[in-house]
Amino acid sequence: MSETTPTDGRRLAEGARERVRFEEEALALADQVYRVARRLVSSREEAEDLMQETYARAFRGWRSYTPGTNLRAWLLRILTNLNIDRGRRQQRAPDTQPLEEGDYFLYNRLEESGRDSNADEERVIERLSQDDIVGALSAVPHDFRDVIVLVDIGDFSYADSAQILDIPVGTVMSRLHRGRRILKRELAERAVVEA
Amino acid sequence: MTGVGCEQCEAMMQPYLDRVLSETEHLEAELHLEGCAYCRRRYRFETTLRQYVRQTCVEKMDPGLKAKLVALRTPLT
Repeated sequence: MSETTPTDGRRLAEGARERVRFEEEALALADQVYRVARRLVSSREEAEDLMQETYARAFRGWRSYTPGTNLRAWLLRILTNLNIDRGRRQQRAPDTQPLEEGDYFLYNRLEESGRDSNADEERVIERLSQDDIVGALSAVPHDFRDVIVLVDIGDFSYADSAQILDIPVGTVMSRLHRGRRILKRELAERAVVEA
Repeated sequence: MTGVGCEQCEAMMQPYLDRVLSETEHLEAELHLEGCAYCRRRYRFETTLRQYVRQTCVEKMDPGLKAKLVALRTPLT
């Protein structure tokens, strides 16, 4: 009974081929997954650990992926779940600072703090260093940052982000709205201090 | 057609950039931007800011990590 029949052999070979294809596709996406992972956590080490755990889990559970669906979103769903499960996200106090009313306030603030008003947009932005941007993003509380990172850095749609984070699309939209305002507030604080 | 003012344009800016406005709203925002230098400057700022955030926040994956991920593959028997 332990003998494998030719049909069993074919089935095994078929399964192995599918698995190899899955693994290759998942590895081809590693750079893109890492780009998002790196900004979800605060250090490179954490991002690297998270990537390894994610890929280990993905390779074990490859059968639960439906071919033809968005594999990058599938991998990021594993990754964000692991990130939450491991309690890596230190819970911060909810952001209670008031937010600026309008969407233009960062531009207005930068324009005011510059010497010439009507400065062109790129010159205004150059006043923000790379450290300012990275620092401001990491100062945004996790729930809001996750959404900004998925949509603005990972290029995920609202719907994909909702699925990845297991929250309704409306919540993605409201967190994005508030998160971007918080990010701008953080950027404004940094830019104005330097000016 | 009454057209949108600067205040409405400001409120529409992020959804406009996300391309989630309805067709009519999108056209209204576009029309306002065409005629308003104040909002146009801010529109260009918002676009540049998004690109700038995206570029500065990208960190390349270490090649050593890629090798570790490859090593996690199921060995071929």
